[in-house]
Amino acid sequence: MEIEPSNHVHLTEHRDDEGQRMGMWIFLFTEVILFGGLFLVYAVYRNMHPVDFHEGSIKLNVVIGAINTIILLTSSYFVAMAVSSMQKGKVKQARTLLLLTILCAIIFLVNKFFEWQTKFHHGLFPGMEEFYKLSHGESLFFILYFFMTGLHGVHVIVGAVFIGFILRYIKKGKVNPVRYTLLENSGLYWHLVDIIWIFLFPLFYLII
Amino acid sequence: MTEQAAIRKQPSFREPTGKYTGILSWITSTDHKKIGLLYLYSIATFFIVGVLLGLAMKLELIAPGETIMKAQTYNQVFTLHGVIMIFLFIIPGIPASIGNFTLPLLIGAKDVSFPKINLLSWYLYVLGGLLALSTLLFGHGPADTGWTFYAPYSIKTGTNVTVAVLAAFVLGFSSILTGVNFLTTIHRMRCPGMSWFKMPLFPWSLYATAWIQVLATPIVGITLLMIVVERTLGVGFFDPAIGGDPILYQHLFWIYSHPAVYVMVLPAMGVVSEIIPVFVRKYIYGYKAIVVSGLAIAFVGYFVWGHHMFTSGMSDTARVVFSFITFLVAVPSGVKIFNWVATMYKGSIDLKPPLVYALSFIFLFMIGGLTGLVVGALATDIHVHATSFVVAHFHFTMFGGTGFAFLGAVHYWFPKIYGKIYNFKTAIIGWAILFVGFNLLYIPMFIMGIEGMPRRYYDYLPQFTNLNRLSTVGSWILATGLFIIFYNLVKGVRKGQPATDNIWNGKTLEWQTESPPSQENFETIPTVTEAPYNY
Repeated sequence: MEIEPSNHVHLTEHRDDEGQRMGMWIFLFTEVILFGGLFLVYAVYRNMHPVDFHEGSIKLNVVIGAINTIILLTSSYFVAMAVSSMQKGKVKQARTLLLLTILCAIIFLVNKFFEWQTKFHHGLFPGMEEFYKLSHGESLFFILYFFMTGLHGVHVIVGAVFIGFILRYIKKGKVNPVRYTLLENSGLYWHLVDIIWIFLFPLFYLII
Repeated sequence: MTEQAAIRKQPSFREPTGKYTGILSWITSTDHKKIGLLYLYSIATFFIVGVLLGLAMKLELIAPGETIMKAQTYNQVFTLHGVIMIFLFIIPGIPASIGNFTLPLLIGAKDVSFPKINLLSWYLYVLGGLLALSTLLFGHGPADTGWTFYAPYSIKTGTNVTVAVLAAFVLGFSSILTGVNFLTTIHRMRCPGMSWFKMPLFPWSLYATAWIQVLATPIVGITLLMIVVERTLGVGFFDPAIGGDPILYQHLFWIYSHPAVYVMVLPAMGVVSEIIPVFVRKYIYGYKAIVVSGLAIAFVGYFVWGHHMFTSGMSDTARVVFSFITFLVAVPSGVKIFNWVATMYKGSIDLKPPLVYALSFIFLFMIGGLTGLVVGALATDIHVHATSFVVAHFHFTMFGGTGFAFLGAVHYWFPKIYGKIYNFKTAIIGWAILFVGFNLLYIPMFIMGIEGMPRRYYDYLPQFTNLNRLSTVGSWILATGLFIIFYNLVKGVRKGQPATDNIWNGKTLEWQTESPPSQENFETIPTVTEAPYNY
């Protein structure tokens, strides 16, 4: 275990950057498996109701989905850049990039909001009249759509809040060019949010 | 060595640190030892609640027909008993309490990797526990579905399934965080010289357990969330009437809940592997075989969930494959048993309370394991499934196995935790009563199960009266034993004789420091040069 003595670190303080990263990776496994359960359910019901899932997925708006995909991919790029900026000591640049990441998250959520709102207008949400006219398979498609994109949305919010905290820590100097594991971990989490969407997008919008 | 208790090099970890004193200094502490004890006390509290519910069930079964409660109440009691015992006692039981306390000591570390997350996981545990108990207070009372929350009944019942399920979800999250913490700790914090194969066996078992916690728990988390969504929005994930598939629920549930039984039993095996070499004064036989078999159980245990569903509707191929893999799990379990027994061969056996618990673990777990083959085989499972045979099998592995090992662990590390020692004689008497009561309680259930007594019934045919009555009497004896054990331990904490730092002459690191350990565990971080059990 290498301990780099610096002005900010007391020698008696326990610090293990590698361990911090490892903990984050293990936690990300659990997230993957959390969504894995839903992917399994999706696969089973798609197999049981292929035609209904087709009917469902043509009702989704591919354009909004594609735009959101691009936004998330860009945000992942920003956060990765933020980590390298921090490593190179460009603190201000890192902060700007993190702010851009959060901006992307907000745009993503606003898009999602309008997308969901359209579905509500069409009554495609459980509890609404139209929903109960759908076939079993199609109602399953839509509830999976809301559940999975909703859970993903929660992760977007958590990730953005996480990055918000990092911004605060940078301001306080707790995250700095010699000590940036927390920033890396927030980046890792954000990439997870991204990669889950990379699977959700084709499953709901593209495979028809 | 009486002066040793008086002269300490460092203050005990029990002294308040930080800005608070009293209970606040405990519930704000990130010291793994304090958190371990917080877990121990809260787990013990829930265990007592679970035992009382179990006693109530047995009392109901003392005579045919309605005795002290109605059928609906009985359903709720066995559900709450299951939820408490599974999610609040036996899953966190050994790892979160004893494991938290001893893991950093055993590997020569100052603390776990993420002390704050460790404390958070205890808070989540308490929150989950309170949620589970809160179902008693409002609406139509606690869930009546059984701890498995099988759909579609769990979707339709009017009882507080939603809250019970959320409790399990929160507890799962707590369990995941403990798992992440332990994995990172074991990877990163072993003291200088402690290579993987110089690590004691209890940390090894915690390591295997933590992987299961991390990789299996999210599945049940998401499944339980689906139950919540289905109940609140009325959509058909699992209810066949609106397009869902109840069998899918069972798959998802057991994908977690079968590996979870290894979360329950692997740490117990680790405890036994720690205790036996110390009390027979011999190097553990087949150290590597025990390590590998533990990992093998964790791995293979992931692929056997289907054996819970032999009668629920699966293809014959699936059933045969699942049955075969189930038999495979018996191999590494058998390896461990042979190793423990071989360790004792020509050893200098000292029958102190911890060893007595370890030995009864081997005996009871063997009965539990061998009857597991009866329910794991396709033909015999048809005969005994959903009978009290299954209940007895499960309790032999979980209570006879993990429960006894848990008590063994408490008796083994007690002097390290408190720096005092309980009365040996009372401990043995308590154990003996517990052991007799245990067998009297569950062996009749094996016999009744084979004769056709269904499980989860509050009523039975008259021919089962005698055996049921015997079983109920057993439950009273068991409770008496538990009471004596608890009394003896509490008395030991309050008025016990001071214990030396290394009262059992153990070779592992936790015995090389003071009792109770100081805040920092070791004065200087130890360096390990030899294998853990060199006697």
